[in-house]
Amino acid sequence: MADVTLPHDMPAVYEPSLFGTYSKKIGMWLFLMSDSLTFGALLYAYSYGRISTPNWPTPFHSQSIVNATIMTAFLLTSSLTMVLAVRASAEGNAKAQRLWLLATMACGMGFVILHGREWSKLIAEGLTLPVFPKLPGQAVAGEFVNVAKTVPQFPATFFGLTGMHMLHVTLGVVYLGVVALRRKFIPILLIMWLVAWLGTPSYSPFHYGAHVLLVAAVVCSIVLWLKPKVYDSSDVEVAGLYWHFVDLVWMFIFPLVYLMSAKIL
Amino acid sequence: MEAFQQAIAEQVAEQQLHHGKAQFFWVWGALLAMTAIEVYLTYQNLQPVRMLTILMGLSFVKAALIIGYFMHMKYEISQMKWLTMCALVACLALMMIFFPDALRILSLGVK
Repeated sequence: MADVTLPHDMPAVYEPSLFGTYSKKIGMWLFLMSDSLTFGALLYAYSYGRISTPNWPTPFHSQSIVNATIMTAFLLTSSLTMVLAVRASAEGNAKAQRLWLLATMACGMGFVILHGREWSKLIAEGLTLPVFPKLPGQAVAGEFVNVAKTVPQFPATFFGLTGMHMLHVTLGVVYLGVVALRRKFIPILLIMWLVAWLGTPSYSPFHYGAHVLLVAAVVCSIVLWLKPKVYDSSDVEVAGLYWHFVDLVWMFIFPLVYLMSAKIL
Repeated sequence: MEAFQQAIAEQVAEQQLHHGKAQFFWVWGALLAMTAIEVYLTYQNLQPVRMLTILMGLSFVKAALIIGYFMHMKYEISQMKWLTMCALVACLALMMIFFPDALRILSLGVK
């Protein structure tokens, strides 16, 4: 058998990449496909409950619809700023990329704050879950005190679906913060956690939910210290895919949950 | 391998620069306009089934715009477009198998 010697300076030859793009992007698409099945299951559960329950509540007054519309505008605008961040990174304009990413994060935080306000209003009116802390004076007043007892499917599916989406938006903001600011984002994240934790009353679910930010800060710290790197255009594009997905899911939650359960007088 | 991936990523980034910035603003405007139509219809108190049909139709158009333009799926190779989207739609459509059961509960009058 003849020996074959390969020269050391021969360029490496690889198979063509799957789907003509890089692995990180394919990985993110696969994750998003699996995540869309999670949201699909939650949306189907909500729709199933709605079909099978004749006295389905319609708790969303005009004020809630206006609030949810502003939230939608925030998310749509954040998608525009995200796509501009991806473009800026492709052009190699680091400053513009960072600014657009920060604008996207600001829109995302606006969405979460408005959503939190909406949740707090509904909880104050008696729409709650058994796992939520008891509100002072909840048994006496509130428009939806009986809803949780007569139609428990509504609060369970509503809080489950919108809570899962809110968690995704929150983690998306953290993800973009890490890509935009890297290690500098960790103290900002810790301040956000303290503000969210100490700024909400102890009977609010957000008082405990704020700890998601602490967990995120710990995970991000480990990742950033173990594998520090400068995020390039491919990382920004992959982060953008995640962010647009969060926007995409809301395009189904908004009409199905809010507009179809509106009480317009 | 890292360098190979980097080369593909740079190629993809370069391709993105060929698409005009204006189209993103058009898509954003269209998405906002469709949202405004949805909210307007809510205030018209339409029949639930009709309302649901229109809202879901608009939602699918919005989803297609986001996936196509913002997520750049329009510019991916057809193999990726068809394989991912068909697999996803098929999986989501399979979940509809539960809906007849929800209607059955309604007709049985289960409380």
